Amino acid sequence: MTDVVAPPPEVADPPGEIGHGHATATGISNTKLAMWVYLGSDCLLFGSLISTYLLLRHRSVEGPGPEDVFDIPFTSVSSFVLLMSSLTMALAVASIVRGDVPRNRAWLATTAMLGGVFVGGQVYEFTTFYREGLGYTTNIFGSAFYTLTGFHGLHVSVGIVMLMSLLVMSARGNLGPERAEAVEIVGLYWHFVDIVWILIFTVVYLIP
Amino acid sequence: MAIVERPSDVLALPAGTVVTQSPLGVFARPRAKTGWRSWVSTVDHKKIGIMYGVSSLVFLVIGGIEALIIRSQLAAPGQKLLSADLYNQVFTMHGITMIFLAVMPMGAAFMNYLIPLQIGARDVAFPRLNALSFWTFLAGGIFLNTSWFLGGGADGGWFAYAPNTGVIFSPSHGMDFYAIGLQITGIASLVGGVNLVVTVLNLRAPGMTLMRMPVFTWMSFVTQILLVFAMPVISVALFLLTFDRLFDANFFNVAQGADPLLWEHLFWIFGHPEVYILVLPAFGIVSEIIPVFARKPIFGYPFMVFSGIAIGFMGWGVWAHHMFASGIGPISVAAFSVSTMFIAVPTGVKILNWMATLWGGKISFTTPMLFSIGLVTMFTIGGLSGVTHAVAPADTQQTDTYYIVAHFHYVIFGGALFGFLGGFYFWWPKVFGYFLDERLGKIHFWLTLIGFNLTFGPMHILGLQGMSRRIHTYRDGYGFNLWNMVSTIGAFMIALAFVVFFWNIVRSKRKAPTLPAPGPDPWDGRSLEWSIPSPTPEHNFDDDPIVTDFDDFWHRKYAEDDQGRMVQVATGAEVAMPGDASRAHLPAPSYWPLVVALAFPLIGYGLIFSLVIAALGGAALLAGMVGWALEPPDDEDLPPHGRDDHGDDGGSAIDAPAPADAPEAVTAGD
Repeated sequence: MTDVVAPPPEVADPPGEIGHGHATATGISNTKLAMWVYLGSDCLLFGSLISTYLLLRHRSVEGPGPEDVFDIPFTSVSSFVLLMSSLTMALAVASIVRGDVPRNRAWLATTAMLGGVFVGGQVYEFTTFYREGLGYTTNIFGSAFYTLTGFHGLHVSVGIVMLMSLLVMSARGNLGPERAEAVEIVGLYWHFVDIVWILIFTVVYLIP
Repeated sequence: MAIVERPSDVLALPAGTVVTQSPLGVFARPRAKTGWRSWVSTVDHKKIGIMYGVSSLVFLVIGGIEALIIRSQLAAPGQKLLSADLYNQVFTMHGITMIFLAVMPMGAAFMNYLIPLQIGARDVAFPRLNALSFWTFLAGGIFLNTSWFLGGGADGGWFAYAPNTGVIFSPSHGMDFYAIGLQITGIASLVGGVNLVVTVLNLRAPGMTLMRMPVFTWMSFVTQILLVFAMPVISVALFLLTFDRLFDANFFNVAQGADPLLWEHLFWIFGHPEVYILVLPAFGIVSEIIPVFARKPIFGYPFMVFSGIAIGFMGWGVWAHHMFASGIGPISVAAFSVSTMFIAVPTGVKILNWMATLWGGKISFTTPMLFSIGLVTMFTIGGLSGVTHAVAPADTQQTDTYYIVAHFHYVIFGGALFGFLGGFYFWWPKVFGYFLDERLGKIHFWLTLIGFNLTFGPMHILGLQGMSRRIHTYRDGYGFNLWNMVSTIGAFMIALAFVVFFWNIVRSKRKAPTLPAPGPDPWDGRSLEWSIPSPTPEHNFDDDPIVTDFDDFWHRKYAEDDQGRMVQVATGAEVAMPGDASRAHLPAPSYWPLVVALAFPLIGYGLIFSLVIAALGGAALLAGMVGWALEPPDDEDLPPHGRDDHGDDGGSAIDAPAPADAPEAVTAGD
């Protein structure tokens, strides 16, 4: 994960200075393009997991099903928190482009915190479901549900690690406007993870 | 650039404040240019390509020995060389080894070595990630093969149909090794895929537009796109299987309501693009070799490119033809039948274009050319038997018979491997600076061709006679005896052909000093890799090549005369770059990719045997990633340099604070 958020130095170059050694054939930096390609790949990962869940969710022969355990209001709130983190992420990118380092730090920290709240909500949710009798091995719905949402939670956690890394860079004075693209690339990842959650929330929780 | 071999301070704690030089205080910045240390720390795409090639040949030998064991067991009815259980393991490991550890990395060897050279780049976009891909692949391959000594190999076939591969039916650790081992090689493929996609899109030399790229680079690009999108699907399937086997999940537990078709769908959604991942690089290689030795430009270049793209796209819509016998319903069968017949069209376009390139050419039948023609003919046979699979009623008769085995060996061996063998002979002088012997090469080719047809040709007949795949023996009196014996003789002939190949390498190397050097352009080539000295200098191109045309290098050597005929105006050696490294700036080597890669099998063993080992592996992974992130991609101790193609090598997410004077020092040359 840490590989893809490298601060590309070519943004420091004046635009249009072809032949300086930093220009790429597409004009998009290597790191940003790599992130896009990786996110394309990740679409297939979640596509396969969501398909698996859709195939299996109503096939349990016993035990609690989706309607027995889901607490839609609670998950709606934590989903709202995650969606708001996309807003703060966008504000973090905007602030670093303006060169406003203190505000950038504040928005990065807020985004990481909102992400943390979401992951915490997921941990709480999983614990509650487990107490209500839905373990990972209880039935086929349990396996499919925990695997799909667990993979998403892992993605959010990795995103939090990326945000923390940016904060460490910022604290050491290594994250100025010349490295705005690093923030933008982490933002790409963060928004992607949020969009996937919209899909998962709809498919898993809202559609009966 | 001075060659500075540091004294043995590797693994020594640094004194003072050289934090950026040895992150975590473990490794000094590697500087060796020769010796084993230069190989384990290299980030040079050429060295990584060579290492991919060597590893793939080693795994090819291992898989080949497994094939010989299988053929010995089946040579005559009622043999007892292998028990049924051991036979399952041997044919499964043969399939996994050949597909994931021999043919795929052999393609990776060519792609790593040649893509940057063909697009005029100094290296790939992320040199350290490239090293990570290789070491992760190698770690995964070794991990898979250690299963032989730790309770037995995988025994569920390379397709590993769940629930047959669940703990109940496959209680040994073999399938755990399969699931985790392929997960590890999958990481390698995904990282490599992202890297090479970005390389092709971003690092093209000035003027190298997409439609001026050599066909090999195009086919490799399509292959990498397929890898990027196919790998996560098999990853999910393998995760589900791993969770079922290790953590008692219920994905494939039929008693809990699971659907056995889930695995088949996930596996083949990956598995069919995988077929093109194996064969498209070889198509690319042949598309480079045939124009050179027919002395004609490739016929219908845009058709060649777009048919490759079409194969890549349509390869996603044919997977269920592997499942006609599994009860997916008449509408699915009809739809996938039609799409499978349709995908034969772009493949046919390619075959036609190769033949049209040969047509009227001044053909010289060198060894690479022979292997290329071998591919065109043998792949056509495999393609035709493939079309018979598209006819669902016929396919239900062929399913699980030797007819299928014959078909996929004709496309993977007759397609991919023939192309790669031709590629070895073609690019050997470029890579190592000496020719492989032509006479031995021709013996190698004919032995391969005859042995190949003797081995796999009779399998068509055996399959239509009704001989099942994956049976460890058969009874006398079924009429299988003759063709099985022929097939076994053919298999040993292929083995002999490879002995000739390896002998050719040794002998040619030994004789090389007495023969004239090949020079930069031994075959009168067309693409940019021939415009630089052989063996390729470490920095590839002295300056960025400026590309003005498709087959640009060819057009620098040939021009039209008064009558409009193409005449040679310069030799390759005259227009080639001299190999002056003074203006080149290269990414610095690093040990960290190796550290990260070694963590994966540790985690794998840990998941299977003891979580303590997994924790160690996790710690190694974390340490490796942090060390990687703290190590700047460029070596500050070397003289500063204005040019920098690799400043945005990934990995420095958390840049350590540079020494106060460092920024000025680095930018001083700008």
